[in-house]
Amino acid sequence: MDALSRIEGRAIPFGAKNVDTDIIIPAVWLKTITRDGLGQGAFETIRAVEGNVFDDPDYAGSPILIAGDNFGCGSSREHAAWAILDLGIRAVIAPSYSDIFSGNAVKNGILPVVLPQDAIDRLMEVARDGHEITVDLDTQTVTTPFQDRFAFDIDPFRKHCLLNGLDEVALTLERQAQIGTFESQRAAAQDWLTKGTHI
Amino acid sequence: MASKPRTLYEKIWDDHVVETRDDGTAMIYIDRHLVHEVTSPQAFEALRIAGRPVRRPELTLAVPDHNLPTTARRDAGGNKVPIADPQSAAQLAALEKNAPDFGIEYIGDADEKQGIVHVVGPEQGFSLPGTTIVCGDSHTASHGGLGALAFGIGTSEVEHVLATQTLLLQRSKAMEIRVEGSLPDGVTAKDLILHIIGVIGAAGGSGYVIEYRGAVFEKMSVEQRLTVCNMSIEAGARAGLVAPDETVFRYLKGRPMAPHDDDWDKAVAYWKTLHTDAGAQFDKSVVINAADVEPTVTWGTSPEDVVAIGGVVPSPASFADESKQAAAQKSLDYMGLSAGTPLTDVAIENVFIGSCTNSRIEDLRAAAEVLKGRTKASNVRWAIVVPGSGLVKRQAEEEGLHTIFTDAGFEWREPGCSACLGMNPDKVPAGERCASTSNRNFVGRQGPGARTHLLSPAMAAAAAVKGHLTDVRDL
Repeated sequence: MDALSRIEGRAIPFGAKNVDTDIIIPAVWLKTITRDGLGQGAFETIRAVEGNVFDDPDYAGSPILIAGDNFGCGSSREHAAWAILDLGIRAVIAPSYSDIFSGNAVKNGILPVVLPQDAIDRLMEVARDGHEITVDLDTQTVTTPFQDRFAFDIDPFRKHCLLNGLDEVALTLERQAQIGTFESQRAAAQDWLTKGTHI
Repeated sequence: MASKPRTLYEKIWDDHVVETRDDGTAMIYIDRHLVHEVTSPQAFEALRIAGRPVRRPELTLAVPDHNLPTTARRDAGGNKVPIADPQSAAQLAALEKNAPDFGIEYIGDADEKQGIVHVVGPEQGFSLPGTTIVCGDSHTASHGGLGALAFGIGTSEVEHVLATQTLLLQRSKAMEIRVEGSLPDGVTAKDLILHIIGVIGAAGGSGYVIEYRGAVFEKMSVEQRLTVCNMSIEAGARAGLVAPDETVFRYLKGRPMAPHDDDWDKAVAYWKTLHTDAGAQFDKSVVINAADVEPTVTWGTSPEDVVAIGGVVPSPASFADESKQAAAQKSLDYMGLSAGTPLTDVAIENVFIGSCTNSRIEDLRAAAEVLKGRTKASNVRWAIVVPGSGLVKRQAEEEGLHTIFTDAGFEWREPGCSACLGMNPDKVPAGERCASTSNRNFVGRQGPGARTHLLSPAMAAAAAVKGHLTDVRDL
């Protein structure tokens, strides 16, 4: 995945709460065997309504999405992260996320920024007025041209992976010896655990 | 020195830590991995591109379920009926090829053992107490009903587990939901979990693993516990757990992939240690009064939008903050409902009995008991029963349940995810209502424009008979 440190640009003032992953990408789009092109199906039911924020030319190509509480709840489909990435979005700002979605986002180089609702309300206003927003992962801040400055927390391991564009599988494969040791210890203590897993 | 009292979640977690990084991230060993056709193709492709093998193929089990049509899979001559949708066919074909290519056991569509992954895992004894179980599907939480730490993962994590048999995780907080006493007559596990989601909200469990504790869960069968844990994710919790006990041991004994003979005794001895110690601390505790729970249905487009069947569609003005009021109004518009309408006045055109939440033998028995000697109302256009696996289907047929369903005007189908989500031909038409035993009433979940009311199998059967939502206790 691409490394990420600073995202600057317009933000889509979406703001909705409890946006489930069926809304982000309906199931009919999950029949793919690749990760590509899912932006076409992103937010399909919302985009079917005229005047929606996603098709508003003012926000075309915006790298930031602002949303409400519990963003990405429901299904574990990583297609939701792929679809958002395909729209060109590299940061989402919301008061909270589903646990599975925020993990999927980070693994695809999308930064899920957590900020309280009053900060979200302010950023929605800034975005609607046509101003740019800056998300800086290194300093863990979101700023506007009006001296707004919101600090956010992020898990240090996630930050490290995002800043360096790291592939977790490659990282873990460097620890194969430790995994092997763990497996041998468990095989000695609980040999029944791995017998009979074939029918 | 006596060791610190621990919750069940902490015990399972501690037993699976391979190592902990300085920043607190833990590498957790994964004992069991279930794979289906929708969330795995990109993971297998990534392994292929990087030239990486599957570390422990024998710990993964592959089963197709989401895309499979639930109509006959073989024609009269025993030949495979082709799958009409080319994309579904390609996705199913990818799993059928990927599994043997990487040395993974595959249960195909014509195998009687095939079914919804979350029904197959427990049924085969693949899912065991105290194990870590993952699958690229959020309803993996189901397996917590056996006392396993089970949770859904994304496709990148599917790849990570295939390549390393581990995941990099932060420990969740622990929540207990305690329900003592007994549920009133006619109230089921499904009603209880819908009620719980209504109490804590769709995000109430975010960041937590829930342990369900108290007499109500202790008295439940394994099937009922699987139903409760299945919907933990609808409350935002990645996993739900019930401590394993004699009920679980009886359920698992003799299942094909469960330990046998001496191994069985060793396993049970370990499983008996898996309970929350007296004095262990939860980060949050919620107490639910069993007597408050009634047959429950959803009225809106989030699983937290629940109401007792005797109630009315709520008014958006009754919600505390403005954004909730706006969300409620949007839900009512989508659902075609007006505030103040009694739920029992809501007519339905479709009934779906199935899904990983409610497609096990007990669910089918409960629905059949209501339907015996009755037929669906004339305004119910489409009613289907979809068993969770081929083995559930066979058992139901041995008990004669299928003729009760077909006599009542239901279609008796082949196992799969079916009308729970719009990925196969079983869909609810736009603007129509469905009384559904599944787990999600999201906008468009059962098909574009479909209106879903979640409820228990008995309540779904009762709705079919009356042609509208109704209290099964009044039948």
